Formats: sequence, structure tokens, C-alpha cells
Amino acid sequence: MSESQNNQTAFVRTETIPQSPPPFTATGPVKWMRENLFATPANALLSIVAAYLIYLILAATLPWILNGVWNTDSLAECREVLQGESGACFSVLSERWNQLLFGFKYPVEYYWRPALAFVLLGVAAAPVLFFDLPRKMLAFTVIYPFLAFWLIWGGTILAPILAFAGFVAGYVVYSRFVKNSFATGFFGGIVAAFVVWTIGGFLIPEGASDNAMLGAVPSRDLGGFMLNMMLGVTCVSLSVPLGIALALGRQSRMPLIKMICVVFIEFIRGVPLITLLFVASVMLAYFFPPESSVDLFLRVVIMITMFSAAYIAEVIRGGLAALPKGQYEAADSLGLDYAQAMRLIILPQALKISIPGIVNIAVGLFKDTTLVSVISMFDILGMIRGPILASTEWNGVYWELLGFAALLFFVTCYGISQYSQWLERRLATDHR
Amino acid sequence: MATITDPPQGAFRLSMLINDTRYRSLTFQAIALLALIVAFAYLGNNLMSNLRAAGLNIDWGFLGSAAGYDINQTLISYDSQDSNARAAVVGILNTLLVAFLACVTATIFGVIAGVLRLSNNWLVSKLMSWYVEIFRNIPVLIWIVIIFTIMIAVLPGPREFRGDDATASMVMNAFAFTNRGIYIPAPVWGPGSMVVVATFLASVIGVFAYRRYATKLLYDTGKLLPTFLPSLGIFFVPTILMFFIMGQPIGLDLPALKGFNFSGGIKVGGPLIALWFALSIYTGAFIAENVRAGIQAVSKGQTEAAAALGLRPGRVMKLVVLPQALRVIIPPLISQYLNITKNSSLAIAVGYADITATLGGVTLNQTGRAIECVLLLMLFYLTISLAISTVMNVYNNAVKLKER
Repeated sequence: MSESQNNQTAFVRTETIPQSPPPFTATGPVKWMRENLFATPANALLSIVAAYLIYLILAATLPWILNGVWNTDSLAECREVLQGESGACFSVLSERWNQLLFGFKYPVEYYWRPALAFVLLGVAAAPVLFFDLPRKMLAFTVIYPFLAFWLIWGGTILAPILAFAGFVAGYVVYSRFVKNSFATGFFGGIVAAFVVWTIGGFLIPEGASDNAMLGAVPSRDLGGFMLNMMLGVTCVSLSVPLGIALALGRQSRMPLIKMICVVFIEFIRGVPLITLLFVASVMLAYFFPPESSVDLFLRVVIMITMFSAAYIAEVIRGGLAALPKGQYEAADSLGLDYAQAMRLIILPQALKISIPGIVNIAVGLFKDTTLVSVISMFDILGMIRGPILASTEWNGVYWELLGFAALLFFVTCYGISQYSQWLERRLATDHR
Repeated sequence: MATITDPPQGAFRLSMLINDTRYRSLTFQAIALLALIVAFAYLGNNLMSNLRAAGLNIDWGFLGSAAGYDINQTLISYDSQDSNARAAVVGILNTLLVAFLACVTATIFGVIAGVLRLSNNWLVSKLMSWYVEIFRNIPVLIWIVIIFTIMIAVLPGPREFRGDDATASMVMNAFAFTNRGIYIPAPVWGPGSMVVVATFLASVIGVFAYRRYATKLLYDTGKLLPTFLPSLGIFFVPTILMFFIMGQPIGLDLPALKGFNFSGGIKVGGPLIALWFALSIYTGAFIAENVRAGIQAVSKGQTEAAAALGLRPGRVMKLVVLPQALRVIIPPLISQYLNITKNSSLAIAVGYADITATLGGVTLNQTGRAIECVLLLMLFYLTISLAISTVMNVYNNAVKLKER
């Protein structure tokens, strides 16, 4: 006999009991810690080791940074102020910031010029980086290279204007003839630009730079982080078009063109950048006409551009290969010729796929610009290892200087890679 | 039956070279070839006239003449009276040495960081992602300089090991960390030591043979042999036994303080350590990303399917996840090795005598043979990278998914 049958149940609750809060260990931070830090004994051990490691790092660096001295004139004074306590001597930064950023030869009264060029770089790059901005801003982007050249190097304004005029002439001729055939327009444009430059070269009077509005600064006076930025921005922007051309050449059905591109790309990718910089510093001068003197900055720009173009070409080749074959066939079936198909159908899609890769190359290239310090150009690392550490006041201030350089690079490169991730999400048009 | 014939072909006209797509590519290639020849002729002509003006000529004779400089770290015997070619060989060996060491340690760092970054432990995964971000976003040259600075500015000099009130002491009486480099014990090969080495090599082969046998037994009969402990035993026991049977033929030459410097043992120079360590942690950060991407590329269904088959977690990793992840990891890993080899050329910044510092540095500056030196330098690096990419292609073909 079961009890339920004789109806003698003493008490049955008629209403539900109120829900009690979850136990203390299953909510809030405690639960989070149990799940994420102390899930298993091994995990807990790992957490403790990690926490101890973080403690060690912070214990070594935090007092050093917080105790930092910002306003002394030499390392010896820093040591006096600190009296044996652990502390950084940041005064080297507050005293030599200008050398770190602009190099030690750039005239002090002209510092506003590269600074302005840097600010304007943001304005010029914005419409390229963010598509939502009005397209009219691209007009400034087109002018910017010439403006920046004039601001940084100074001299006569006629030179950048002439360069700009050459490009304008080339573009006008190109857009006039491109309707007939791409090749006519393209080569016609190049010829027109060269005609304008040659004629204009005779028109600019000798010594126009002497009493120009902005005093001329020779390129050997450039230095510091400015040099890194200039090399990075110039070489990346020059190497993207070159890289596209190389990638298309490598895919070409013409054996000779393909061979030239393959040899170029594989050769450049096979040697370290430093040997190419050696070429720029000791060897390239032999290949220019005897009377010409191409300055080191330009030679380095040529070599770094070739270097990054080869890498960008490989990234873009990956993008081209990732496109379904149907896209090429569809373009053909519409009756588009090669130039039209590439310009209107293939490249927009291929470049979109390759953007993250290109940004990676750009970050790598920007970091590699520190290598120019090896061929005795005074970029930020060259400044630190050369003039600043060699000076009597600051001999021995390693960590503050190297940390500052590392911080500058970290902020820039981390920013660029975050932008690239944002762009990747933004451009993801596939439905997930 | 109607046959479709080609439209009648007109005779070849000159305008077809531009307008007909069949012939236009020939025109383009002819133009390209012409441009290439003109460019090379122009550059070659400039080179010749520049060389003539400077009174130079291309001559490889300098390779045979005495180098006249010392190299502080060499793998083969070398002194300043040896030829430039021998200095270059010393440099090549040094490049290969640091590249090999850095590849090994970078892989270890990278695999540890990559796996830990996927850990469930929040603190550990955050720590590892900061490691990756910090090291990837700061130039390797700055890392090399920073670590070299630690070597020379923080580590004690040999004189601080001297006297009764020494401020520094050797670790375990065998390792001395000084600002001139790290001194480690050197093995001394006595008579009979070759027998021990041979035993060791044989036991390594034995481990592989045993594992193979265990797998075969598993597939044939389903019987599972323990592998870990027996492998460990085969690896260590015979060698240790043979070591004592032969009367301890291998001794250690401990570094010791003599006068103002250490003598005995092997000196691993500061520049080598700086370069090695900097390349390892820098490239390790990149490898960590590759490892993470590779593990994440294996879809979760694979793990779940393996678990559903009743495999334990260790086996799921070993038999299901890793073989698939490795296919994704290894190609970028090899290109990171290539990067290490190329980045080892930054040795010149800290004065480690690799090929760039000997042939492209001192030899170039002393002899003034810029073109010859840079060409040889490029040839060396090209050979290395072509060899590594050949290995990569062979591997890629071997692991390619064999699809229908």
C-alpha cells in the first residue's frame, strides 16, 4: 500500500516558494573567477604564475616610471635628484625631443613645417582610409604629396607646382585618349607629363631656391622619427601601384613579361632589406649617369619601394587567385578588353581581398625603416645610438630613449593593425 | 553533315600587330624586351664609365688576399692573416648558427604562446595576447638593441666575480653571465666517448622503432602498449649505463676566472645572445599567431566527432586536431624561418660577425669592392631562401589534401 492512496499526506505546499538568490560562489565576480581563472587545479596554478609574472613586471617598471625625473640637464643631475632610488631620467626626452622627432640638423625655426605636413597627412589620408567621408576631400589628397614636399624640403614653390602640372597634363591626355584604347591613353599621358617636366625644367630660373618663401632644407638634414614616417608613407604609397603592376604581370599570359616579373619578385623577396640598403648606399650611385648626384634619401626610397612592391605584389596575386574564375569569364563575355576588365571587375574585388595583407606589409615596412640607421642615416634609432647616447650629458640613458622609440612604433603600428581589422569587418559583404 | 570551318584567314598585315589580339602580345613582348635591353645597356654603360672614372674594375682577386681583421666569434679556426674568402665562410657559418638557434627557440616560444593564447584562463590568454601585440608592433632592430643593452649594461663585468667581496657569482659554479658574454661548460671528449655517443644515437633510433612497433601492434591487434615511460627508458638508460661502463669518458671543462677574464668553457658572445634572443621572441610572436590561426582553423565538429568516437582529450589533440592544424601552420612557419634567416643580417647593428658584417661590412669597407661584395651577399641569401622555398613546396605537395 502506498501512502498516496490513503490520502493521509500531512502537508502539501500550495504555492511555489520564492526563488532564493544563487549561492555566493555562482554569481558575479566569484563565478567569473572560478570559471576563468581557477577552473581546474592546473589552471589555478597557471593563473598564479601569470599573476606573479605581471607583478614582477609591474614592480620593476612602475616605481621606475612614477619616480621619473623630467627636468634636469644631464644624467648626472638625474642621479643626484634620485639619490640611488629607482627612477627614470625622462629629462632626456624633454630636452632632446626635437632631435628624436626631427633629427639634429633640421633647422629649429622650421619645425612647424614637418609638423604641419604631419597634421595635413591625417587630412589627406582620411578619405582614403574612411570611405564614408565626402569624395571631394580626395582633391586635397591629390595635392598633398606636392604640398608636403614643399613644406618639408622648402625651396622654390615652382618645383612642386611643375611636378603637379606634369601630372595634370598626363591625366588630361590620358582621359582624352583612354576611350580609344587604354594603351594609347596610358603611354600618351606619360609622354605628356615628361614633355611638361622637360619644358618646365628650362623655365625655372637658376637659383630660384635661394630667396624662396620657405628656406630650402637638404635631404641629409632630415632625421628622427620624421624620417621613419616619411620613408614609410612614401614607400608604401609608391609601392602599391608598382605592386599591382607586378602582380598583373606575374599573371600575364605573355611569357616574357611573366618571366621578368617573376624574376624581379623572387629576387627581391629572397634577399634581406639590409643588402638592398647597402645597394642604395654604396652601389646604386654607380648605376646613375656620372654627372648626376642622386641623394641618399632618394636612393633609399627607390630600394625600399622595390622591396615592398615585391611583397605587395605577392599579396595582390593571392587576391587575384582567390577570385572565382567566373568573374574573369563574365568580364570576357561582356566584351570588355583586358584593361577594362581589370579596372572595372577584377581589381576592385581582388584589392578588397588583399587589403589586410597590404596593411600587414605596410606595418612591416614601417618597422623596417629603422634599418636605415645601419647605413648611417639618422632616423630615430640612429639618433639614439648616435648623437644622443654619445653625448656627454646623456651617455647611459638607454631605457628611456629606447622605450620612447618603442612606444612611438607600438602606438603607430598597433593603430594601423586595429584599423585594418576594422576595415576587414567593414568590407565583409558576404552574408554570415 | 555540315562542318563548321574557320572563317577564311586574310593575309598577315602589319596593322594586325596592334589590332589583332593574337599578335598584339608579340608586339608587347617585343617592346618589353627592347625596353629591358635598353635599360640594362644604359645601366651597364653608366656602371662602366663610373668605374673607369673611379679607376676601378670588377675583380674577384680580393677574396684571396689576407683579410687583416679579427673575428671574435668563430666556428672554424680563423685569424687575421686568413683570406677574405675564409672570413666570409666564418660569416656564413655564424649566420647559419644564429638562424638555426633562433628558429628552434622561436618555434618553442611561438607554440607555447599560441596555445596559451587559446587557453580558457583569462589572465594567461590576455598576457599572451599582450606579448604578441607588443613584440609584433615594435621593430626587431629595436629589440636587438634593447637586449644587447641589457647584456652590456645590466650584466656584471668579469672583474665583479673576483675577490672575496665579489658582487656577482657564477650560477651552479658552471655558468657565468657577464657583460662580455655567457660562459658555459664545454664537453671534453675523452677516449671511448665515441662509444657513448654511438649508444645515444642508437637509442634515439630505438625510441622511434619502438613507437612504430607500438602503432603497428595497435593497428594489427588492437593491443595498446604504453609509450611514454618505455620511450623515456630507451632514451636515457643505455646511454647512462654505457657512460659509466666506459669509465666516464666525457668530462666538462668548467669556465673559471683567471686573471681579469674567464677561461675554459665555451664563450657565447653578447652579440650572439642578443641577436638570438631578440629574433626568437620577435618571431615567436608571429609564430604564435600562426599557431593560433592553425588550431582555430580546425572546425569544432572535428573535435566533437573525435570525442563522440570515445577518444580521450590527449588523443583528440594528437590524432585529430594536430594533423589538420599542422597543415595550416607549417607553410607560414617555414616562411617565418626564412624571415629569421634574413633578419639575422641585422647582426651588423650589434657587431655579431655574420656574413653581412664580415663580407658586407669590414671586407667591403677595407677593400672598397662594393659591387662584388654586395653581389656575393645577395647570392648567398638568394641561395638560402630558394632552398627553403623548395623545401616548402615539397612539403606542400606532400600534405596537400588529396581530393577527387
